[in-house]
Amino acid sequence: MIAFHLDNRSGVPAYLQLVQQVRQAIRLGILRPGDQLPTVKEVVTALTINPNTVLHAYRQLDLEGFTEGRRGVGTFVAADPAPPPTDKLRTLRASLDQWVGRARAAGLDDESIGALFAESVRPAGAARVA
Amino acid sequence: MSGAPAISTAGLGKRYGAKWALHDCTLEIPRGSVTALVGPNGAGKTTLLQLVIGLIQPSAGQVAVLGGAPSTKDVLPRIGFVAQDHPLYRNLTIAETFRLGRKLNERWDEAFARTRIARLGLGERQRVGKLSGGQQAQIALTLALAKRPELLVLDEPVASLDPLARREFLNAVLEAVAESEMTVVLSSHIVAELERVCDHLITLTAGRTQLAGSIAEIVASHRVLLGPRSDAGSVARMHDVIRESHTDRQTTLLVRADGHVYDSCWEQHEADLEEIVLAYLGYNPGASASRSAAVAS
Repeated sequence: MIAFHLDNRSGVPAYLQLVQQVRQAIRLGILRPGDQLPTVKEVVTALTINPNTVLHAYRQLDLEGFTEGRRGVGTFVAADPAPPPTDKLRTLRASLDQWVGRARAAGLDDESIGALFAESVRPAGAARVA
Repeated sequence: MSGAPAISTAGLGKRYGAKWALHDCTLEIPRGSVTALVGPNGAGKTTLLQLVIGLIQPSAGQVAVLGGAPSTKDVLPRIGFVAQDHPLYRNLTIAETFRLGRKLNERWDEAFARTRIARLGLGERQRVGKLSGGQQAQIALTLALAKRPELLVLDEPVASLDPLARREFLNAVLEAVAESEMTVVLSSHIVAELERVCDHLITLTAGRTQLAGSIAEIVASHRVLLGPRSDAGSVARMHDVIRESHTDRQTTLLVRADGHVYDSCWEQHEADLEEIVLAYLGYNPGASASRSAAVAS
């Protein structure tokens, strides 16, 4: 079982914070296949949060293949919860390291690099038109 | 019948003498939602809630609750209501208060009421007037919930409570929502903690609604734009501006976005709910000259 926490000032919607915490716990092995997630009511009691937010998060996790909701029983970590493609991840990481090296060489400080990166990963709808 | 929204109003208005306490209000609240009704004191929140529960009759327009007229025999037993300051008979014991609830409500769930009181650590022989403010609020809520309502209406439920009692009260409401798919409408003048508790929002100022819809959509459809100083007229032609503030070099706008593409001179930021709500309620920090030098964050 995992305990959720919410950061009210992060700017990340509450449902997404729950989704991210479950994904993270699965990646780190804190949650294993077959483990049950807290019931909606347990999360509501612990966080004083809207039940619809919890349902939204659990639906999203189901859709992404991380969990399986069983009606009337609960939500469980899937047998094969969408494992990250490790080889691809390594290649991506390496090219990102290279890019960061080039940015530093060009004289950018960490804050500028972070801002550039944040700009790139911004959701498509929110992208600024240059 | 289950397809009908929890609440729908069309051109709804209430007039007291020459003054409209609520004017031309059209909105829809879906079943199973938790809706915050936000506005300054005297904005018409209580009037809207009293129209919804059939306590007062409209001067104009219509209101339908759970598919029917609120004060009818079919609808009234399915609505729970807790008035401001949680009024109770102070001289009755908890047991006597429940007996009253049982006699007055055909759908009274005695087992539910008793379980809740036990969970709160209260004894049925305790006199209501001797309880703390938080405990009295819980008793009033228990009375409304034991009716097993499909729609629960709460008028400023947590305004008078300390932070702990507030948490406990909201927890009890949200747990009931998790168990029963009940619809909740609560009025408040505190915006800060609503985002966590509610999924829909209505703002009301001087008897008129400005925003009414899902919080996710409201947040997604607004943007903060930061750019070089621009004159108000040209800005208003281009954008649906909710709030603007200017320094000698910079202009900050809160705009309704709706998929708009902006000129690259504007730096775009997401707006947070509190910022949006305050703007609609008329708060404008840039309007005051003494603060015009403040740098927007």
